[in-house]
Amino acid sequence: MVHPDQVRSAITQALPDATVDVEDLTGGGDHLQVKVVSSAFSGLSRVKQHQLVYGALRSELASEAIHALAVQTSLPS
Amino acid sequence: MDASTKQRIEDLVGSSPVFVFMKGNKLMPQCGFSNNVVQILNALAVPFETFDVLSDMEVRQGIKEFSDWPTIPQVYVNGEFMGGSDILIEMYNSGELREKLAVALA
Repeated sequence: MVHPDQVRSAITQALPDATVDVEDLTGGGDHLQVKVVSSAFSGLSRVKQHQLVYGALRSELASEAIHALAVQTSLPS
Repeated sequence: MDASTKQRIEDLVGSSPVFVFMKGNKLMPQCGFSNNVVQILNALAVPFETFDVLSDMEVRQGIKEFSDWPTIPQVYVNGEFMGGSDILIEMYNSGELREKLAVALA
């Protein structure tokens, strides 16, 4: 399990302009939902956008510290 | 991932126009995210084939490397990686998935 703050900081490290909203879906710290808004997603397919987010959390996902991660990405309006 | 695992994954992906790597099977998905994908494809009434990654550790790990995507389920349409559960839901809600599948299965 990971703290939502760790997730937020890992993502903003990779995507400095990102606004990140992390929700712990079960309270157990391993089923998380993240909403990420960043200009870095501009011009990228949804798969590539999500890959940027996954990339920031690579070690947490590989170790299964995060078991389930729902991702929503969007561009700043 | 060794060459034989990669070959098996490529063969699976190519075995059906719509192919899903999931936990469990169509009748008994073993994970909510995998279930989402099955429900969406059933709702669109498209034929698809699945592989249960829980039955095979090499494919379970290999598929993550194959697509550079760390989570299951993974959906492929005509060999192209489409995304996981979140993307499928978004594409379903926007109508994009129906169009894409109509073209792919034409």
